Amino acid sequence: MKNAGEGLTYLGLRLATYSVVLVIGYILADIIWHGIPALSWEFLSGPPRQSGAAGGILPAIVGTFYLVSGTLLVALPLGIGGALYLSEYATRNRLTMAIRLAISTLAGVPSIVFGLFGLGLFVIFCNFGASILAGALTLACMVLPTIIVACEEALLAVPQGLRSSSLALGATKWQAIRTNVLPYSLPGMLTGTILAIGRAAGETAPILLTAAAFFLPRLPGSIFDQVMALPYHLYILATQHPEAEKVRPMQYATALVLLLLVLGITMGATILRSRFRKKYRW
Amino acid sequence: MAQRRWQEKAIQLTLVAMATTSLLVVVLIFLFLGKEAIPFLKDPGIARLLDRQWMPVSFQQEHFGLLPLLTGSLVVTLTATLITVPFSVLGAIYIAEIARPLEREFLKPFIELLASIPSVVLGFFGLVVLAPLVKALFGLPSGLNGLTGGLLLALMAIPTVISISEDAITSVPRHLKQASLALGASELQTILRVTVPAALPGIIAAVMLGMGRIVGETMVVMMVTGNAALVTLNPFQSVRTMTATIAAEMGEVSFGSIHYSALFCVGVVLMLVTFVLNLGAQRVLKRYGMMT
Amino acid sequence: MVNDTPKIQVHDLNFFYGATQALFNITMDIPPRRVTALIGPSGCGKSTFLRTMDRMNDIIDGARMTGEVLIDGNNIYAPGTDVVRLRRNVGMVFQKSNPFPKSIFDNVAYGPRIHGVKKQAELVEIVQRSLTRAALWDEVKDRLPENAMGLSGGQQQRLCIARALAVDPEILLMDEPASALDPKSTARVEELIGELRDQYTIVIVTHNMQQAARVSDLTAFFYEGRLIEFDRTKRIYTNPAKKQTEDYITGRFG
Repeated sequence: MKNAGEGLTYLGLRLATYSVVLVIGYILADIIWHGIPALSWEFLSGPPRQSGAAGGILPAIVGTFYLVSGTLLVALPLGIGGALYLSEYATRNRLTMAIRLAISTLAGVPSIVFGLFGLGLFVIFCNFGASILAGALTLACMVLPTIIVACEEALLAVPQGLRSSSLALGATKWQAIRTNVLPYSLPGMLTGTILAIGRAAGETAPILLTAAAFFLPRLPGSIFDQVMALPYHLYILATQHPEAEKVRPMQYATALVLLLLVLGITMGATILRSRFRKKYRW
Repeated sequence: MAQRRWQEKAIQLTLVAMATTSLLVVVLIFLFLGKEAIPFLKDPGIARLLDRQWMPVSFQQEHFGLLPLLTGSLVVTLTATLITVPFSVLGAIYIAEIARPLEREFLKPFIELLASIPSVVLGFFGLVVLAPLVKALFGLPSGLNGLTGGLLLALMAIPTVISISEDAITSVPRHLKQASLALGASELQTILRVTVPAALPGIIAAVMLGMGRIVGETMVVMMVTGNAALVTLNPFQSVRTMTATIAAEMGEVSFGSIHYSALFCVGVVLMLVTFVLNLGAQRVLKRYGMMT
Repeated sequence: MVNDTPKIQVHDLNFFYGATQALFNITMDIPPRRVTALIGPSGCGKSTFLRTMDRMNDIIDGARMTGEVLIDGNNIYAPGTDVVRLRRNVGMVFQKSNPFPKSIFDNVAYGPRIHGVKKQAELVEIVQRSLTRAALWDEVKDRLPENAMGLSGGQQQRLCIARALAVDPEILLMDEPASALDPKSTARVEELIGELRDQYTIVIVTHNMQQAARVSDLTAFFYEGRLIEFDRTKRIYTNPAKKQTEDYITGRFG
């Protein structure tokens, strides 16, 4: 049925799609291929030596872990609370509209601008210095809109009937939410949040100015300490090291660890989410 | 009953306060960017931003002209957009209309995987693999230029643009397609003449959102564009974007200096550009009822 | 028409969704321990009217009303009314059966629990009594810990009735409770309504006229937001006073 022209067009469409797939595959393969040989237990568990040319990346892994945990601690309650307000309480008034506009504005703010903002507010004005605290707060501001949107989606997925039946049985609004909305939306909210947090783990620009240390071979002692972080460490190794070619294996291994961490978080959350979606099919 | 009411009220107030945080953050962002940028606008004055050179550290005369940074961002953004659009649109059409269900189950998450690769990893890949390739391919003195940056940024934007465009294509009402098929149009004719035109606003908005991401991206451009602040629209030359300028220089300035303030001015301009792009995209989406 | 003191009195009720008026000057008295059916074509306002009686319209954005609804002589829209207590007293069963995705036991125990019943023995007793009254006990007594979503459609709807009964209401509002059920389950629910009529004041919305004829003592006919006619069901069906009612009953529209 198809003539030659149509066949060519189909081919073009398929080619465009699969060339993107191919490039992704190539990037992943390149990093895995070159990264694996340099991975070792010492690399994962030891401190860096010779400004990162040797040794391991433990402080960077720990630093990223602290930053991400701090971000989660701040952003998750704010995100859930904000989403609860928007989906369960908000009426169409000016405040609601302003909040919605703010959320979509925040979602579009470039990460480096969050860095500038964090520098101005948390590092200098609040006098936290470049620290885990300042970095985590900055990252939390950045992921907040994503988390709110994800949580709101999870709340909207709970059928309206559950809310009205609870109310009709004499539950107060909060009782209805606590007993019949939150339990069924929590998995969705958590997985949505984890997805956002995965992004935060790989971000460099916001922590560049607010938290990250160039080279700090010890583990942080308090939330007011500067930290090394995986993405920043990779950036430093790749661009600032005097013998960039020589430390290439270290760069690849760091890139691989970061990639595995972020993809692991993302894929884990995606799989969990599809599980939960199957569990609660309304 | 009074206690119960009071408790309900307290919960609601807490939630309102939590929701208002987003608003507060936006206000604070504008406030703090403004606060740090204003000293420059007072002295040495806004006119200095109109210079043709960006040379913030100099023994004779410092220059704080935004023009090279703007052209730098423009070159990279345009290059990336030109690459993003065909691949994303064709990819979205393929995934939404042609791919078999099983194929789609594979393609969608795989392309979305690209969105979660950290930008610094992409930048690293660009530095080590792509830049030498571009250098060899075009016979350039260096592979660190606008084109390499544009290619990588396109990779960052493609998943976003594909995913939103695909939504737009899938949400074209079935009866439109059926009407076209019933008139004897082939499947491909229907896709190209009916479905895609109907989804065009959504696709345009997707591209605008993608551009917003590209303009604001920092690490990739800082690592692979060479960072020379030239006034040029040639993608084969080394360029320096607004984002890279902030990221690279902010670590070395003293707080409160003219240079420090100038970098916040760059931040304000960057914020405005992305704000306009995102607002435009949302307008388009809203106008055509593609967003709630 | 019925000599008891009315359980629910509605005076001059007007209801608006934003700028659209949905109900016009409704005045009617609903007698206690009878089944009152609200009939009329879709969009005639009967469901909205039903929901004014337990203030479920409060949760709709932009809804506004004037007039009074009195239950046992107290205006439920008076300032300071405890809506939560009101809804305890007025049970509601929805069109779409919507059990909570919890166990059968927890579904029925939900209301008593949120109203502060903590003792397990007491809860067990309430659950058994409510399920028995809803004619579901024999079918589910061995599977109380199972998830309620596993019940059949008809069982789910009877579970929702049991859930409403568990908080001991005096009034039961039902919004097309059988419209999503197969004929056999419908018959079962109708039978149940018949059994409950001695103890509860039941108001049921339906657009199945045969059903209204079968289960109700009184019938109110609504059309375009107005109460056209309200009388004994037998009279409405055999000798309606208004032409519109007759046209609707005989199937000329709606």
